[in-house]
Amino acid sequence: MPRHVVATVDEIPVGKRKLVTVDDREIVIFNLNGEFYGLLNRCPHQGGKLCDGVLAGIVKSENPGDYDYSRSGEIIRCPWHGWHFDIRTGQSWGDPDRVYTKHYTVSIEAGKTLVEGPYKAETVEVCVDNDYIVIET
Amino acid sequence: MNIHASNVKTDKQKSRIGLAIADGDIHPRPKSSTALFPYLATRWQEHLSTYGLIPRHGYQVGPAYPKGNPDASRRDAYPPGGGAPGSDLDFMRAQLLDSHNIELGILNAITPAPGNAQNPDLAAAMCRALNEWQVAEWTEPEPRLKASIVVPYEDGQAAAKEIEHWAGNPNFVQILLMSRTADPLGQRRYWPIYEAAVRNNLPIGIHAFGYGGYPVTGSGWPSYYIEEMSGHSQCCQALLASIILEGVFEHFPTLKVVLIEAGFAWLPALSWRLDNHIHKLKSELPHLKHTPSEYIKSNIWLTTQPMEEPSRRKHLSDTFDWIGWDRLIFATDYPHWDFDDPSEALPIRLDETKRKALFRENARHVYGV
Repeated sequence: MPRHVVATVDEIPVGKRKLVTVDDREIVIFNLNGEFYGLLNRCPHQGGKLCDGVLAGIVKSENPGDYDYSRSGEIIRCPWHGWHFDIRTGQSWGDPDRVYTKHYTVSIEAGKTLVEGPYKAETVEVCVDNDYIVIET
Repeated sequence: MNIHASNVKTDKQKSRIGLAIADGDIHPRPKSSTALFPYLATRWQEHLSTYGLIPRHGYQVGPAYPKGNPDASRRDAYPPGGGAPGSDLDFMRAQLLDSHNIELGILNAITPAPGNAQNPDLAAAMCRALNEWQVAEWTEPEPRLKASIVVPYEDGQAAAKEIEHWAGNPNFVQILLMSRTADPLGQRRYWPIYEAAVRNNLPIGIHAFGYGGYPVTGSGWPSYYIEEMSGHSQCCQALLASIILEGVFEHFPTLKVVLIEAGFAWLPALSWRLDNHIHKLKSELPHLKHTPSEYIKSNIWLTTQPMEEPSRRKHLSDTFDWIGWDRLIFATDYPHWDFDDPSEALPIRLDETKRKALFRENARHVYGV
């Protein structure tokens, strides 16, 4: 699978995101507590751009009146109709088996490795002293 | 946040629908609470600054339920130069009209909503101001947009006067009412509005929402926003039954009524039910010469947004068949959060005639442009 260098690690602090374009595809990279995840920047429902959404958590309930809120900041909510997607998997919370957006494997690589390796770095200049976010498409 | 995208499509992505289309429901909005002041007498500017605009709603400020998103809007619809979603013409051109190849956009100004403000003179003054603002700041600079005449609809005579004021003005193609009214909309207090509409050959658009002072349901105030969202279909069924059964279409046979953002899949069931009752209760309504479904087929149109989403797509085309492909007008509801994208919202394959009817020709026919 082609691997693309899309950002330096310090460009995307914890809780933030960056929109990148790889091979004409818009992908939004999230930093969840130091782990990086990539989602196709397109809601499968009607095409809202997920990078414009707000972060949310999951509210579960076993019974009316009992609520459990968890995973704060790990869910992206579509800016249009509010579909919730798990940033780790791309699955929607409302209908996970049928409605999901493509997710990408993201890794961190040292600049030193990248300078030697067969990576594509169309938009990011790589230098040996930095760490980089690399996405597989 | 490292966000540098907004939903402005590039030329490459442009309009996968491949057709210049009409949009039956666009919401322009003043940039600020004082943006209408240039169109208001000083007397009303002072009044608004002192007392505000009190809706027919009782002990409450703002809508009865929180919306799905702040300002009920797409989160990507805030203009980059500031202001509320829907308040910047250039941004609306880029994000909506150009991106989706919209050649005819119908403006429905519902924020603010002075149509049934409690102070009747303020209601009339605010409606006039909103209408002047629509012409000066929207339809004259942008010929793709046509406006709806906002009227103080709880006062039939005052509303008719506002309609007459704008009669013949090509910037306006519709008269706008809201669905939540003080009485069911077929009742005679509203007939001066219908009379003026017919006299000036303007359709009546009835947009869901508004402040009637009553719950949206027939059984009290529901707890959740989703109940209000789906409750509009109950409310609009009741007003449609009222308009038909009171004899509005007998008295004004050429009156066109467009139900906006009311849903549509309920319409066949309501038609069938009314037809069932009418044959047995004919003696109660001797003034009706046709069955309710016949009035619906001849005088009623509906906008599509928010599109019903049955899990089997065929059910949607069945519903369109029952209603009639000539009765439905595509709408986006831009910039609101439940916006329908014309390339995405209708997941069924249409032949060219149906596609053109739904996305353009029905609107052209109803609005005469």
